[in-house]
Amino acid sequence: MDKETTEILHEINDIFIDVLDDDSIILTPETTSDDIEDWDSLTHIQLVVAIEKHFKMKFTAQEIRSWSNVGEMVEAIINRSKLAI
Amino acid sequence: MIDFLQLKKNLKKDYSALKSIRVSLLGDSATQFLTIGIRGYGYEQGLNLNIWEAEYNQIEQQISNPHSELYDSDPDYVVIYISSEKLLQKYNCTKADDRDNFALTQIQLIDDLVDTLQQRISSKIIMYNFVEINDFVFGNYGASVRFSFIYQLRMLNIKLMDSFSNRKGCFIADLSSIQNRLGRSTVFAADNYVNADMPLSLDAIPYVAKCTADIILAAEGRLHKCLILDLDNTLWGGIIGDDGPDKIQIGHLGIGKAFTDLQHWIKKLKERGIIIAVCSKNDEKVAKEPFLHHPEMVLRLEDIAIFVANWDNKADNIRHIQKILNIGFDSMVFLDDNPFERNMVRMNIPEIYVPELPEDPSDYLEYLYGLNLFETVSFSAEDSERTKQYQIEAQRAQNREKFTNEDDYLQSLEMVSEVSQFNNFNTPRVAQLSQRSNQFNLTTIRYSESDIESIGKSSDYASFVFTLDDKYGENGIISLIILKKISADSLYIETWIMSCRVLKRGMEYFSLNIVMEYAIKNGYKRLIGQYIPTAKNSLVKDHYRDLGFTEQDGKWILETEGYKAKKCYIKIKY
Repeated sequence: MDKETTEILHEINDIFIDVLDDDSIILTPETTSDDIEDWDSLTHIQLVVAIEKHFKMKFTAQEIRSWSNVGEMVEAIINRSKLAI
Repeated sequence: MIDFLQLKKNLKKDYSALKSIRVSLLGDSATQFLTIGIRGYGYEQGLNLNIWEAEYNQIEQQISNPHSELYDSDPDYVVIYISSEKLLQKYNCTKADDRDNFALTQIQLIDDLVDTLQQRISSKIIMYNFVEINDFVFGNYGASVRFSFIYQLRMLNIKLMDSFSNRKGCFIADLSSIQNRLGRSTVFAADNYVNADMPLSLDAIPYVAKCTADIILAAEGRLHKCLILDLDNTLWGGIIGDDGPDKIQIGHLGIGKAFTDLQHWIKKLKERGIIIAVCSKNDEKVAKEPFLHHPEMVLRLEDIAIFVANWDNKADNIRHIQKILNIGFDSMVFLDDNPFERNMVRMNIPEIYVPELPEDPSDYLEYLYGLNLFETVSFSAEDSERTKQYQIEAQRAQNREKFTNEDDYLQSLEMVSEVSQFNNFNTPRVAQLSQRSNQFNLTTIRYSESDIESIGKSSDYASFVFTLDDKYGENGIISLIILKKISADSLYIETWIMSCRVLKRGMEYFSLNIVMEYAIKNGYKRLIGQYIPTAKNSLVKDHYRDLGFTEQDGKWILETEGYKAKKCYIKIKY
């Protein structure tokens, strides 16, 4: 993992802990919703809103649906922050 | 505003000590977040809202099927959310020729649903109105084209108000006003709507939850009745003691406008029945000067029920006001521009609500609108007379000091009471009295207007409504007693309520005499009373003992045989 990915992964890990109210969460790029108890379609919406607010960006409805694991989420964040520059 | 995540975290807290209320939520879209929000907000307000949430888009099915889960859930409140987004879809699928009848068709559907609900259950009904969506198919001209969506939507909102204002126990939750405040782009999150069929954004949920809970709180009797005002820099700009009456800022120039607008708002509240009191650090004469002589003051002395201006600390003065009004601190709001005074009052009287007024007076009004401090679920003509009644009460209190003997004083009041049963004229006030009274309330059962109507018609009950007038003026309806005929020889006092305005006048003796007269005349052998304690009604914990009832298994019994009418100085008015 490059430095940027690690940093973003770390930040969204904190968001997951806060939103899902679960200190034990440790994310890797391979983590999927199957691995985390409270991560379902509903909390996914909450997570996306929290991530959007934190990184001050907005994903498309299509993007939000397309992610199959945390790695793809991180990738989308990196791509969007590049667009912003 | 508290955010959604915090509301959700509240769900893990201990609700066991909170007042439990059953709510059933029906929506035409995904309502899971709304459910979480309402329950979490309830916690903030001391309510354990047990929410049964219908499956997605099952409004019609749940209401029309008499054996549905909705009816099994036995709700105290049914909350209905029909979204504007779904409404637009329906409109889009309506043939162009039928679109000018769209609002009419929709209100008929809603009326049918609400009629069915009201026939089957006595729950209170809360329905959200429609947030505005303008498709701009006709541009601004849409507001002049009858069959445009915006035209039909606005019409539907008006028809909904017409329908609900004629129904008892039905309340509109003003979602449209929430969108007006927050803006469409905050209230609606297109991605949530597309991905999850949720028309409300997470940021909007707390506001919608608050507006829903506000209605429930008011219906449960938790409402604000009194507004206490600071003067300098709250009601006018400047300091009356330093600047003098001609230099304070009020009127149409500059910042004065903000204070004038605020005073108009307060005047409207007073006319609605909110008690207005003044609590100011000033010399009384100086403080009253603008109310008497300033040409641009909107509020006048007759608008103020109690006027306290001195140099004592404000918490003590507010306690003094509370004593005269005899209402709970939690039904009072205190408005003061000074953060020090606000904190001092909050620290000393934690129950009172003290808004954190913005620094700039021009922001006062919009901020106060947003707080929705004075929710209510009823309005009766008597409400607007309330200020006068409390002013008279203050006069009585002064006069009382002249008498050393309690009996002489009571006699001097020349009190008369009119006794009636429930009827069309007193229904609104009777229901309201049951919703508002917390202290002199033996069982704290809240009745809606439709409850009162059905009790009035039922032969299982006897109802008594009392007014009390004296030489100083009329108090209107101040007490009610509902007797349930539980057997051929026993009457159970299901409810005994009295307004605290008329405490210590012998009204309870008078009412007991009337009730006993009824019992004896109709061949009953005893009255059975009960005291159900709440956080607020300890005032009447010895009520039945004091009236000569004897305790038996947690109930209080008074035999009709050998009853001697209690001495009182109230004459019956026929």
